[in-house]
Amino acid sequence: MPSLLHSLASPARFQRISAHVFPWAAVLATGLIGCGLVWALVFVPPDYQQGDTVRVMYVHVPAAWMSMFCYAVMAVLSVSFLIWKHALADLAARASAPIGAAFTTVALITGSLWGKPTWGTYWEWDARLTSVLVLFFLYLGHMALSNAFDDRERGGRAAAILAVVGAINLPIIKFSVEWWNTLHQPASVLRMDGPTIHSSMLWPLLVMAAGFTAFYVVLLLIRIRSELMARRIEVLQRHRAAEGA
Amino acid sequence: MSAFTALVRRDVALATRRGGEAALTLGFFVITIALFPFGVGPDPELLGRIAAGIIWVTALLAAIVSLDRLFRQDLEDGSLDLLALSPMPLELVVLAKCLAHWLVTGLPVTLLAPVMGMMLQLDPEAYAPLIIGLALGTPALSLVGAIGASLVLGARRGGALIGLLVLPLYIPVLIFGISAVEAALAGLPVLPHILIEGAVLVVSLPLAAFAGAGALRLAMD
Amino acid sequence: MDPDSRNPALIAQSLSCERGGRHLFAGLDFALAPGDALVLRGPNASGKSSLLRVLAGLLEPTEGQVLWHGKDTREDPADWRRSLAFLGHGTALKPQFSVGDNLGFWSRFEQASRTPAEALEAVGLSHLADLPASMLSAGQQRRLALARLAARPGGCWLMDEPTVTLDAASVEQLSAMIAQHRAEGGIAILATHEDLAVENAAVLTLGVRS
Repeated sequence: MPSLLHSLASPARFQRISAHVFPWAAVLATGLIGCGLVWALVFVPPDYQQGDTVRVMYVHVPAAWMSMFCYAVMAVLSVSFLIWKHALADLAARASAPIGAAFTTVALITGSLWGKPTWGTYWEWDARLTSVLVLFFLYLGHMALSNAFDDRERGGRAAAILAVVGAINLPIIKFSVEWWNTLHQPASVLRMDGPTIHSSMLWPLLVMAAGFTAFYVVLLLIRIRSELMARRIEVLQRHRAAEGA
Repeated sequence: MSAFTALVRRDVALATRRGGEAALTLGFFVITIALFPFGVGPDPELLGRIAAGIIWVTALLAAIVSLDRLFRQDLEDGSLDLLALSPMPLELVVLAKCLAHWLVTGLPVTLLAPVMGMMLQLDPEAYAPLIIGLALGTPALSLVGAIGASLVLGARRGGALIGLLVLPLYIPVLIFGISAVEAALAGLPVLPHILIEGAVLVVSLPLAAFAGAGALRLAMD
Repeated sequence: MDPDSRNPALIAQSLSCERGGRHLFAGLDFALAPGDALVLRGPNASGKSSLLRVLAGLLEPTEGQVLWHGKDTREDPADWRRSLAFLGHGTALKPQFSVGDNLGFWSRFEQASRTPAEALEAVGLSHLADLPASMLSAGQQRRLALARLAARPGGCWLMDEPTVTLDAASVEQLSAMIAQHRAEGGIAILATHEDLAVENAAVLTLGVRS
């Protein structure tokens, strides 16, 4: 069956490459996140205004970055899947969605936990937080659509179109939310991260962001590998059914 | 362009027949708006303050309600194959169907909005920006909605999915529509808001044409 | 038929199709000149419908191409689509519309050369033109769908199981319709289980496993 071979050729290569990349990414993720956490929680001085609560930032901000990064990766992969019909791109795009949604959830939860001491409320309709919420909805729609078809390939292509449409819309949505927010600016809002971030805070933040990125790669590889195995099981099951007939 | 107008006329005729979407959508729009005074109380001051928001959000929901059937019937009875095989590009087929959808949902909603505004004690200053905003925004709702409607063809629970896919994408249309009203009430210039709403509509045109046609090809595959 | 002796209008070159990881057909070649007919045979799920959809341009072939008067129908579909009339499993009818309005829409949309009245005449439904389509029996609905093809003579008709739900008299009417279409220089390609009388038709049997 040449077609089957063709479809497995690049996944097989992927398996080989991922076997090499995986341990490095895992070590990198653990090391960077570990260092970053110790740095941020122990060594960084407390903020002169917010005190120790500012340390939520070291999880919140990288998570928010990752939530957008994952969507961008998903959109690029979706475009390449729609144009070149590369099966692995579809796989990776779909594997990215739940990871991105998880980062978005982390950003929302930490954002609201941070909001309680700074704003006095768990939820403030602040432009950044609201944009992240809308991004969360986009992830939900993408995941729901890609799982809504009995035919896996159909779901992948529909979800890819949606991801591209979402990526085109995302800047418009972000712009509109900021526009809306300036119209309704409440007086008490503190800026979460002003343009003047001190370098003692910036470095651990960047370390955390790098750690989160490595963590994303780890999760992505795990998800793609398990999905590939699930497909292989499906092929074998189909084979058995065909032999049974 | 006669194939284009033939298709628009057919879809409008289908939707305005007895039991068609047009009457159902309008009924939904009016009833949903009438629920708000029960929900928040009949205080004219409160209603007047949130009237434009109620009308806009309900217009979004009304657009969603009728989207499920936009392509589904044509897919099921084989019409979609024939629409795709016409010399007219599939992108134009999508736009024709969006135009028909707007004529039977967005346009009547826009025309009914002043009546609803009256019932909700809308500020007199707000009528013009509300109606102009709806006139520009509701076509965008039909266009972006068509992307969702075409993507869920062949999906399980397609109808329920459309809202999840499309409503987040409706947020800019809602925000710029409302901000025009707010600007008018605050005595600020309305034009920038209206222009941005128009820009959103212009962006939705090619987006809906290409994404919708791509999704339809997928559904017929 | 010998494609070299006459000028073929429709040429299929090494068409292959694969659905859900399953090969339906591979390396199909044929050429049809004006007036020719091709009957597709084979068991259920052997790929007859898929071949018709590939020819129409609704499905992408895994390999190969379809040429209409020398032009690739995927690259340059305008001429092909103007000449093509497709009858799928669905009847593409709206039950809310009358018989005449249903056909009228498709005639306008597909820019048919014959009037709806003439086409209804050809399938013997003229007397029912003002009835709602929902009142028609399944066989009558099928005939109304065939009237859409009758309105567009001269090109290429692609028909998927056109005889389904038709009674014996209508089947005969259909063979006469196809014969006339071919006499006027049209091409007919049809997938059918039944013995529809199509004279001098080439037969392509699908589903023979290698």
